[in-house]
Parts: sequence; C-alpha cells; structure tokens
Amino acid sequence: MHRFANPARFLRLASAILPWSSALSALLISAGLYFALFHSPADYQQGETVRIMYVHVPSAWLAMACYSTMALSSAVALIWKHPLADLIAKAASPIGASFTFLCLVSGSLWGRPMWGTWWAWDARLTSMLILFFLYLGHMALINAFDDPSRGAKAAAILALTGFVNIPIIKFSVDWWNTLHQPASVSKFGMPSIDPAMLLPLLLMALGFTCFFVTMLLIRVRTEIIASKLRAIRMTQIHTAHVAVPVTE
Amino acid sequence: MSRLFGIIHRDLRLALRQGSDSVMVVTFFVLTVVLFPFGIGPEANILERVSSGVLWVTALLASMLSLDRLFQADYEDGSLELLALTPTPLELLVLGKVTAHWLTTGLPLMVAAPVLAVLLNMNADGFVTLLLTMLLGTPTLSLIGAMGAALVLGARRGGVLLSLLVLPLYIPVLIFGVGAIDAAVQGLPVQSHLLILGGMLLAALALTPWATAAALRQALE
Repeated sequence: MHRFANPARFLRLASAILPWSSALSALLISAGLYFALFHSPADYQQGETVRIMYVHVPSAWLAMACYSTMALSSAVALIWKHPLADLIAKAASPIGASFTFLCLVSGSLWGRPMWGTWWAWDARLTSMLILFFLYLGHMALINAFDDPSRGAKAAAILALTGFVNIPIIKFSVDWWNTLHQPASVSKFGMPSIDPAMLLPLLLMALGFTCFFVTMLLIRVRTEIIASKLRAIRMTQIHTAHVAVPVTE
Repeated sequence: MSRLFGIIHRDLRLALRQGSDSVMVVTFFVLTVVLFPFGIGPEANILERVSSGVLWVTALLASMLSLDRLFQADYEDGSLELLALTPTPLELLVLGKVTAHWLTTGLPLMVAAPVLAVLLNMNADGFVTLLLTMLLGTPTLSLIGAMGAALVLGARRGGVLLSLLVLPLYIPVLIFGVGAIDAAVQGLPVQSHLLILGGMLLAALALTPWATAAALRQALE
C-alpha cells in the first residue's frame, strides 16, 4: 500500500487503468441495462416495476462501498499520513453522495406504485438518508477551512465516526421489522432470487463498480493536478514578490 | 480523577461567572415549545399526541445551541493549548468538559421538561419515562456534540456547519427517546427503548472522547 502512496506512481497507474475501467463500465452497464430492460422476466408480484431494482440495488451497494472506501482511506490518512489517502477520501464523497441520492430517488420512484407512498420513515430508508447527510457534512467540512490539510483531517475523523452508520444500514432490515424487504442476494446459502434476474443485477453492480473506480481515478487525478497548479502559482507569487525589489 | 473534577469545577465556575448560558438554553427550550400550540393549534388531543416529539426535538436543538462555546472560547484565548500541554490525557479533559456541558445544559433541560410536558398536555404515564429518556439521552447528545464542536474549531461558518455534522448523528437518540415515551403513554413496556438509549450512551462514552481528542489535537497543531 505504501508503494502506491507516491502521487507520480499513482498517476502512471491511473492512466494505465482508466481506459480499461471506463470501457468496462460502459460495456457492463449497457449489457446490464439490455438484460434488465428486455431479457429478464417481470416479477410475479411487482410486475414491470421490478426493473427499477437493477438501478436501485447496485447504487445502494455502491453508496455503502463508497463510504467504506472513504472511511478506510481516512483511517490510512490519519495513521500513515499519506497525502493521497486524503485526496481519495475527498474525491470519493461526492461520488458516494450521488449514488446515495440515486438510490433514494429510484427507491422512491419504486415505492410509489409498490408501497403507495414516495417515502416511509422506515429504518432502512432513514439510515440511508442519514448516510446522505453524512456525505454532505463530509463535503462541507473539507471545504470549511482556509488550510486544506486541516479540512482533510477533520473530515477524516468525521468519516470514521460516521462509519457506525454502515452496519446499521446493512442490518436495519434484520433488526427492525421494516417495510423494506430483507436481503435476498447477500445471504448465506443460495440467493433467493431467480438467476434470470440475478444476471442483470450482477452486471449492473459490476458496471457501477467500474464506473465508481473510473470516476474516483479521474477525480483523484484532477486533485493531484490542482495541487500541483497551486504549488506552481505559489512559487510564481513568491518569485514575483522577490523580483520586485530587484527591479526597483 | 481529581484532574477530571478540576476541569469540571473550572468549567462550571466559568459558566456561572460568565453567566447565562444555561438560562439562555432553557429559555430557548421553553420559548420554542410554547410556539407549538400557536403553530398547530391548542386542541388538547393533538398536543398530547405530538408532545413527546416536540419536547425531544426542541431539547435536542437547545442542547446544540451552547455547543459551539464548548471549546471555542478556550481555543480563542489559548487556554485549550495549555490544557492540552498538561500531563492530563486529552480524552479525560474532553470528558470533564462534556460533563460540565451536560450539567449546564442537559440537566436544566431535564428539569424544565416535565413542566413543559404539563403545558403540552402530555399523559401523566409518560412523565417518568420522559425524565429517564432525558437522563440517558442528553449526555449522549453532549458527547456527540462535543465531537462536532471539536471538528469545526477554526472553521469558517462553524456554527452552521456544526448542526450539519451533529444533527444526523442525533437522530438515533431522538428515535428511541420519543419511542420510549410513546410506548409508556400507550401502556407498553419501555424497557427495551431505555436499554438501547443506555447502550448508545455507553458506546458514546467509550468512543467519542477519542474522536474528540483527535479532533482537538489536529485543531491545535
């Protein structure tokens, strides 16, 4: 892991991975959408609305995976003080917030015909909403300080504290008697879902993961370039400052 | 232990001498609760139905009011730096300051809550549970809030940011606090709600001082 903390090495690695991950995510998502929309059966209870699930479930998984990535890199940033880990946490939080938002919106669109309501104050939904607020708080805290490194550290502590929410989201359907259905894919033994439905779901999940990796790499690369630009500008200002008395 | 009491003593004396923080918090609590009968109308049965939620939400907002003063004053005049330099572990210092914060805000809120419950026409069966949930819940609020207060030290617009950080983490306390009172009013067992509130208090007591101390350390760097 310490090997990849070097920004130059990271940039080389990122430009090697990026074409693959972006092509793979385009391929997987379009294949997943094709299977989800045309080549999977309608549910015997939910009818055609079950197809919303192929977007809803992967975005919920990614929302949590993204937070876990953020918390992990925050821990790395606090323990080993890798500057890259701070950048990864900073880059991950808007992506995670978008996935959480997508999950909430698609769930709400699904809930209207199925539950007869856009929103229910149920444990799974509420904990997901808290996750969304945690992402917002994280983004706000990063940008609240004049010194970016202080913002990064404060946000890292917040990300680690907020991690208590992730197991609550995961197990909320088991702990409370919720309106939201319990897990049907990630449980011991065989998943209780038809293979014809599992295929598009897994394709979409993999596609979303590749998309997340692509976005994360692009954002981290942009952050590295931005900090380089900042450094160049600072030296320019500095040299200009020094140069003035010489010309006078 | 004596150091812990020393810090609590110092903060309490400061709060008493500089005056009116706890008075203001309680006044805010009373005023906002009194706004509700005007807002939703004075029908006794509606007020009774919403009383537990109104009391808990306003208590939660009131306890957040004084949070930004928790470390800010000491941070600005430099005494926080001196306190951090003493051999006392920073975690213990945090615990002391949180205790003082609870004594000056949580405890007055607890005292005021039953009176307001009467004003909101709450069923008398809920009173004991209201006090118990406040007793278990408000220290958790202070502990979580202290972490937020330490994180925003020196930030721009710290006060607004603080509410954004802390309110999502307050939601579980609110849910179980209100749940317990509603259960008591309906004559259902309240023990499980109270146990969960107690569990959250213990978890916050064990974990948040570390996070708060870490946040203070990076603020003082």
